Amino acid sequence: MADIDYQSLIPNNVNLDSDKRLQRALEKWQPAYLDWWNQMGPESFQLHDVYLRTAVSTEPGGWAQFGYVKMPEYRWGIFLDDKVADRRIPCGDHAGEPVWQEVPGEYRNVLRRIIVTQADTEPASVEQQRWLGMTAPSLYDMRNLFQVNVEEGRHLWAMVYLLHAYFGKDGRDEADDLLARRAGDADKPRILDAFNQPCPDWLTFFCFTCFTDRDGKYQLGALAESGFDPLSRTCRFMLTEEAHHLFVGETGVERILRRGAQLAKLDRNGDARAQGGVPVAMTQKWINYWFCYSIDLFGSEISTNAADFFAAGLKGRWAEAKDYDEHTALNQWHRLATVENGKLTSKEVPLRNAMNEMLRQSYIKDAERVVKRWNQALEEEGSSERITLPDSRFFRRQGIYANLPFGPDGQLLAQDEYDRNIGNWLPSAEDRAYVTSLMHRVQEPGKMANWIAAPKKGIHGNSMDFEYVKPPQA
Amino acid sequence: MAEIAYPAVNFETHPDRYRHWKLDVQGAIATLTMRVQEDGGMWPGKYELKLNSYDLGVDVELADAVQRLRFEHPQVRCVVVTGGYDKVFCAGANIRMLAQSSHAFKVNFCKFTNETRCGIEEATDSGGAVYVAALNGTASGGGYELAMCCKEIYLIDDGNSAVSLPEVPLLGVLPGTGGLTRLTDKRKVRRDMADVFCTKAEGFKARDAVKYRFVDASFARSKWQASLDARAQAVAGANPMPEGAFSVVLEPLAPSEVAGNHLEYRYVTVKVDNEARVAHLTIKAPDTAPCADSSTWALRAWRELDDALLRLRVNHLDIGLLVVKAEGDRHKVLEADAALETQGWFGREVQLFQARVLRRLDNMAKTIFALVEPGNAFSGSLFEIVLAADRSYMLADDDGINKVFVSKVSGGLFPMHSGLTRLQSRFPGAPGQPAKVLAVGATIDAEGAEELELVTMTPDEIDYEDEVRIAIEERASLSPDALTGMEQNLRFGGPETMDNKIYGRLTAWQNWIFQRPNAVGERGALKMFGAPERPVFDYKRT
Repeated sequence: MADIDYQSLIPNNVNLDSDKRLQRALEKWQPAYLDWWNQMGPESFQLHDVYLRTAVSTEPGGWAQFGYVKMPEYRWGIFLDDKVADRRIPCGDHAGEPVWQEVPGEYRNVLRRIIVTQADTEPASVEQQRWLGMTAPSLYDMRNLFQVNVEEGRHLWAMVYLLHAYFGKDGRDEADDLLARRAGDADKPRILDAFNQPCPDWLTFFCFTCFTDRDGKYQLGALAESGFDPLSRTCRFMLTEEAHHLFVGETGVERILRRGAQLAKLDRNGDARAQGGVPVAMTQKWINYWFCYSIDLFGSEISTNAADFFAAGLKGRWAEAKDYDEHTALNQWHRLATVENGKLTSKEVPLRNAMNEMLRQSYIKDAERVVKRWNQALEEEGSSERITLPDSRFFRRQGIYANLPFGPDGQLLAQDEYDRNIGNWLPSAEDRAYVTSLMHRVQEPGKMANWIAAPKKGIHGNSMDFEYVKPPQA
Repeated sequence: MAEIAYPAVNFETHPDRYRHWKLDVQGAIATLTMRVQEDGGMWPGKYELKLNSYDLGVDVELADAVQRLRFEHPQVRCVVVTGGYDKVFCAGANIRMLAQSSHAFKVNFCKFTNETRCGIEEATDSGGAVYVAALNGTASGGGYELAMCCKEIYLIDDGNSAVSLPEVPLLGVLPGTGGLTRLTDKRKVRRDMADVFCTKAEGFKARDAVKYRFVDASFARSKWQASLDARAQAVAGANPMPEGAFSVVLEPLAPSEVAGNHLEYRYVTVKVDNEARVAHLTIKAPDTAPCADSSTWALRAWRELDDALLRLRVNHLDIGLLVVKAEGDRHKVLEADAALETQGWFGREVQLFQARVLRRLDNMAKTIFALVEPGNAFSGSLFEIVLAADRSYMLADDDGINKVFVSKVSGGLFPMHSGLTRLQSRFPGAPGQPAKVLAVGATIDAEGAEELELVTMTPDEIDYEDEVRIAIEERASLSPDALTGMEQNLRFGGPETMDNKIYGRLTAWQNWIFQRPNAVGERGALKMFGAPERPVFDYKRT
């Protein structure tokens, strides 16, 4: 063991070189992870040279080193954000006490559950996206896809580090199971529904990275407020990487919207589709679908678990330490729209029980800012069409609005009215077939598929002509 | 949360009216699918039955289904119990319901659910259908306990679904519906692994659940239905139908209730005297010849007794003492008992049912006095009620017409939870006495009953009325808690069995915990469940 240079193999700031427990765990898990990556990672591109950023330290500049890498040789590292001196538990019954450096026995099981649920999403999205390289609209986009993929892989490492370092044998078993489940698999599905949905086209990919990865951002943000310091530090570092994923998603959708508007202008009848583009109204349907699937991930509006997690100081609100003065959330209430006897009404629930909803509302505000930027882009393109976010009650399968006939404006409809209109609000089979028909790989450097506008600039100061992904040398 | 003063509970239902279960019979295999309506709780608006959690209303339907399967569908040889929602089998008893329930309601709820589950086991053990739990998703708490009363347990292996008993870590109470007892005594789980399991809220997923015998096997999702079907076929195939079985439709009992206090059935009458805290239950002897449908006395009258006992427990908390009389022609009772002997499968099934009713009587947390007076019908199967009573008073009448008849049915047809007959249980120090009593073969008058030690007291005509009145008044004045504890200890002499431990050891501890501030105090775990604050415990232990 002593001969292995862990630092260069697995860049880390967790003293892997001297941590026997971690070494023992990773010795078994690392080859299993590579097997998983080779099986479930991007199909047909494992030998390509991809221009990727790699985190090699948490120093400024160290977390983003650019260069060509074959994905299976990517150096997946383990990084925690730097320790904050005298950090205190930000919320709940222990607010103000020193943070925990070890897992409190009392919370061991629920913490493990929280970490496993978050961790499970990371490999899941790699699996969902594994075929997309074959239909990338440009080398730039292909590279971004792979960047997202390897970083989701790294996020898995980050979570597995916590499981290995702090949860003993149970943690090691859970880490193994993370590699055993498969997105969309009939027998071993991923834990959360959104991560078992197929990702067959790039519009879906961009919506997914914009909306579903944004859920990840808010979950990580809530866990960054955890009283369990290693989890907080891990999540803070992951958040720096997540920003790029959201950028990929937001700008991807924006470029499809722009191109849709441009092609509509070119067409005599204003029909982007006749010009081989994606009409804005069609993109809206994808946005509806993925926004709703993503806000389901926050859990029920009224939740015992959410109250327990907050009370225990395991999970805070978004920017808990920064944005709030009062951190117990006791004797406070949150008013929620509810449905009683088929009518929309409202009721007050204890704030702690509404913590899922608090986080969801922070997320929705963020998503609204994104939609505003998309609408600016549409305006710049001279289009009169606008994107709107559906109401958070629309098309829900979790929580108190689940499976109720709410329209995108949040009004409760008669079931038959809902059924008649749902095809106008969500992608129909025909819409999906059309979008799929547009998916063809464009692999000449600098070229873009017709249905998507070029980005404003390349990666890391490189031009758009840069060969972001190179085929293997013969 | 305030405790709920609940409306009277009705224990009669029918598959046509089920809200939470679906009974699907296909030849020799029945599927009981639990699909609890969230808004279908017994106390509307007070709690939601989320995640297939149950309340008494849900369990009343289950008990009805189990009973009807025995009588109406004897061709069913395998019952598959499964969940009707994706990813969840059953989350156990509804915690918000429990948190809002009075102590008495919790106790009654647990007792009834225990009786239903022991009844499921008894159905299988007595040659009826074999119950198989098909855990299509997570089975937690009472959900896993329900699975454990089935003979076989299969868990879907989807990388997520688990079995668990999270009561201790999450709720600060016990898995009290047989959970702890069945882990060790039935599933034969090592006690240290049971300890790990019962303190790990999320429980075990397929791999560990199989490894440590918490379930019998797991099947991958894609092979789930086919594997279950194959197993159900095999189970049904190995369990032939009893000869001569036919469907006996259970007619409704529908008693008339007079002023909320009197219950009138065809054979059973209950008069409730709230002021005196006494209920007078009278069961009449048959008035028609035995037949082989649900109107026959042996089934009808005993179903009425069963229903009356349930209503007394749940709807009449003020009643501390149950005074039982049996009236009518003893020969008719003996004839009804004898007819069952000749009625093959049907007779046997009715006898098993009578045995369950008597065990329900044993489980009453009310004092039972039997009054044996001239014109009484306490003979044969009905004499078991005298044996089940805490005390019995037999009038030593001058004419000597007050008699009982102990028949061979008391020799083994009606085992108690201990496995003993009531005669064996009555004479712990005289193992030969039951045989002696059974050998009499003739009516026994008060003097004979006294000699054979079959009744508590035999006052003469001068003393009888006063003796009985004083005994009743005195009884009604004593501490009801102490009486319940005393009676339950004295009634259950003899060896421990799994059932016995469930109703005794497990239930007693659970009921103790249910009273403790750590569970039900202002900051107790049960009260705080779902509330925004965490429980606060008094950590002292003796």
